[in-house]
Order: sequence, then structure tokens, then C-alpha cells
Amino acid sequence: MLTSGIILLEGGLLNPNPGLIFWTAISFLIVLLILKKFAWGPVVSMLEEREKGIQSAIDRAHSAKDEAEAILKKNRELLARADAEADRIIREGKEYADKVRTELTEKAQAESQKMIASAKDEIEQEKRRALDVLRNEVADLAIRGAEKIIRTALDAEKQKVVVDDMIKELAASRN
Amino acid sequence: MRVQATSRILALVVPLLLSLNSHAFAALGQNEATVHESAAAAAPVAPATVAEPASGAAPAVAEAAHGEGQGEKPGDVIMHHILDNKVYAFEPFGEITLPEIAVRPFGIDISVTKHVVMVWLASAVLLVVGLSVGASVKGMNSKQSPKGLANVIEALVDFIRTDVAKSNIGPGYEKFVPFLVTVFFFILICNLLGLIPYGATATGNINVTLTLAVFTFVITQVAAFKAQGVKGYLQHLTAGTHWSLWIIMVPIEIIGQFTKPFALTIRLFANMTAGHIIIYSLIFIAFILKSYIVAMAVSVPFAIFIYLLELFVAFLQAFVFTMLSALFIGLATAHEHHDEDHALEHAAHH
Repeated sequence: MLTSGIILLEGGLLNPNPGLIFWTAISFLIVLLILKKFAWGPVVSMLEEREKGIQSAIDRAHSAKDEAEAILKKNRELLARADAEADRIIREGKEYADKVRTELTEKAQAESQKMIASAKDEIEQEKRRALDVLRNEVADLAIRGAEKIIRTALDAEKQKVVVDDMIKELAASRN
Repeated sequence: MRVQATSRILALVVPLLLSLNSHAFAALGQNEATVHESAAAAAPVAPATVAEPASGAAPAVAEAAHGEGQGEKPGDVIMHHILDNKVYAFEPFGEITLPEIAVRPFGIDISVTKHVVMVWLASAVLLVVGLSVGASVKGMNSKQSPKGLANVIEALVDFIRTDVAKSNIGPGYEKFVPFLVTVFFFILICNLLGLIPYGATATGNINVTLTLAVFTFVITQVAAFKAQGVKGYLQHLTAGTHWSLWIIMVPIEIIGQFTKPFALTIRLFANMTAGHIIIYSLIFIAFILKSYIVAMAVSVPFAIFIYLLELFVAFLQAFVFTMLSALFIGLATAHEHHDEDHALEHAAHH
């Protein structure tokens, strides 16, 4: 029969039990040493390895991303440069074409101007020459007329006939 | 409608149950042997079923210790279940008288008791689990994902390694990880073994928790000596105060070194014991009041609730013990910070 008194004396909650302490210590130490070598060691090293693996994978992903971004940036730059180049070439071509056109037009105008001027000059010269010829001929005719008048002398009627002859002669020679 | 019907059925059934109750107890006479929760089903179990009457005095001792006797108080039965015992009872199937060991190293009685058996059982379970996990972990490379038991254990080990050891101890935490992990699983398994039928809670015995706390104490002191040297250790005892205060500070600091393992001891022991006492007490309410209704309405639901709570506490206390061990080791080894403090304080004094 177990009474409260015996519990207090024999087996209280705080009753020391060296045998239990001994066995607990021995068991715990053995478990600790065995598991340290065969369980926790491999598990912890595997965890560390995996941590490293994950870290390196993350690092690699980051570097790949950076690389990709760099390449993208470079591509954009190249594209922009190519665009600029194309713009420049087109602009230059247009400018050149404009220049050539204006040059050609100017040259053509100058040429035509020159031709017109030379034609005018020629016309002027021809006209002057024709006038000179005409003036010489008129002078010759006048001299010839005067000669005839003087030759037939004094006779008004004769004079008149002479002039008429001369005019007829002129008209005939003209025709 | 339904409520009315239920209340009518209850009105019919309750008196019946009550009368049954009184009949059952009347049949047993004034015998209070049914105070055992399991004995309720098998009331007529007699000492005849005692399995191994090992020594001559065993049956009588076993009977007395086991609590099959008459006129027993519930308190005695509860204490009988909480306390260590040289007889392992498997009611109602019988009991085993654990072997006495005649060899007495250092003059101590190392006879096997119930809690020694539980400690061994916990060690065996832990060894089996640990070795199987270790074997499965060894056989795989870092690119494979862990499976099954290894996954569970690994998650817990990783938790203790990073969140308990690393964050509390800081640099140089690696060499304490095996101890912390082992102590965590050891306490956890002891706690859980106490929750299964016919089990006993070894961690509800102050000797076991004291032993574990002494391990923490020894490791803490050794780590402190290693980290700070003798001079740093002694300086630590003065807590960096002026020399005139040392006569007060040094004893306080020395006491403080011992209160830490003491707190670990008492916390674990009291938590595990208290939970079991509550479960037993709730069950005994039904026996004290001699009522099936109380059993169904109060004892069983509340006992189940406390049992689930105990399941949580089993994990919690294992974690708390490990956490505080890591914290104490961290406090003992954190010397750089303290040196700076001391230097600052010295500068302030002069």
C-alpha cells in the first residue's frame, strides 16, 4: 500500500537517482558520439554542400542575367548606331543630289545665258556689218548718182531722167 | 424539432446512464481499484496475472508499488505513474520486474528502472533514425533532393543549425551543432515516448533533465574558457564593474553560472511532469465523481485536448532546451563584445 508519506520519503519528484543519472549520461554520450560521426556529420556537410550549390547557382544566374543585359544594351547601341548611320547616309545622299542638281541647273543656265549672249553679239555684229555694207553701197550709189548727175549736167530734165534711171537701176539691182 | 428530439432522448438516457453507473460501482463494492484508467475496463484483474515474480518479495512489492491495492488515493496513483519505478507495468497484461544490477560502480546503484528503459528506448530510436538518415544522406550527392525520413530530419537539423546555433552562438558555432541536434532529438523522442500508451516520460524525471543540463553546463564552461582564456573568464565574472563592487558581483556571477542549467533542469522536468499530471487528474475526475457522464463530457475531451497540447509541448520544450543551451553557449563565448564593453567602462572610470 502506497501512502503519501512513503511517496515523500521514497520517491518524491525531486528524489535523486544516481543510477538513472549514470545511465542517462552514458546513453546520451554514446548516442552523441555515434550520431556525431555517422549522422549529423554527413547531414551537416551535405547541407553545407547544398547551400554552396544553391549559392553558386544563384550567383551564376545573376551573372548570366548581367551578361544578357550587357548584350542587350550593346545590341541596342549597335542598332541605334546603325540607324544613325543610315540616316546620315540618306541625308548626305540627299544633300549631294541637291547640290548636283543646283550645280547642273546653274551650269545649264549659265551656258544658255552665255549662248544667248553670244547669239545676241553675233546678231549685233551681223547687223552692224549689214548696215556697214548698206551704208557703203548707199554711199557708192550716191557717189555714182552724183557722178551721173554731174556728167549729164545742168539739164533738169536730164537730171530727172538720170535720177529715175538710177532709181530703176537700184530697184533692179535690189531685185 | 431536432433539438427537442435530442433533449427527449437525453432525458430518457441520462437517468439510465446514471443508474447504470451506480450499478457498476455497486457491483464493484467499495473497491476503488478502478481508479486506474485502464483498469476500468478490466476491473477484476487480480495479482494472479503478474507476469514475472522475479524475487521472493516481488509480488507483494509489485502489488503495493503498482497500486492495485485497496483504499488508494488518486494522488498516489498519479505519483506512481509519474515517478520512476523498478517494475514496468503493462496493465492489464501484467508487469515486468526490471533486473537489478549487482555491480555498483562508484558505490551507486545502477539498477535498471522504468525511466532507464525509456532512456535506452529513446537512444535506440534516435540511433536507428540517425543512422538510417546518415546512410541515406551519404549515398546521395548535393544535386538530389532528400526524401522521406531524411527530409524531415534534415529540415530539423538545418533549423537547429541555422536558426538556433548560428544565430545564437555566432562564429565558431559548427562544433556545437552535433550536441545541440542530439539533445534536441533526445529530448523530443523522450517526450514523445512518454505520450504513447505504456510509455513513461524520462524527461519528466529531474535526474534525466539534470544530466542533460549538466552537459550543457560543462560545454558552456569549457567553451567560455576556450574562447576567453582564464583571464577573460575571470574578468567576465566581475561583469566589468569597479573593483569595489567585486565582492557583490563575483558571487552573483558565479551563482548566475549555476542558475542557467538549474533553470534548464526545472523547466523541462516541470513541463513534462505537469502535463502528465493534468491528463491523469482530468481522467481521475471521472473516477472520483463515479460518473460516465463526467467521463464523456469532461475527462475524455479535456484529456484529449491536453494530450494534443502535450504533443505541442513535447516539441516546444525540446526546442526551448536546445535554444537556451545555444544561447548560454553564445553568451559564454561572445568575448569580443564584452571586451569592448570592459574597455569602455575602464575608460569611463579613469
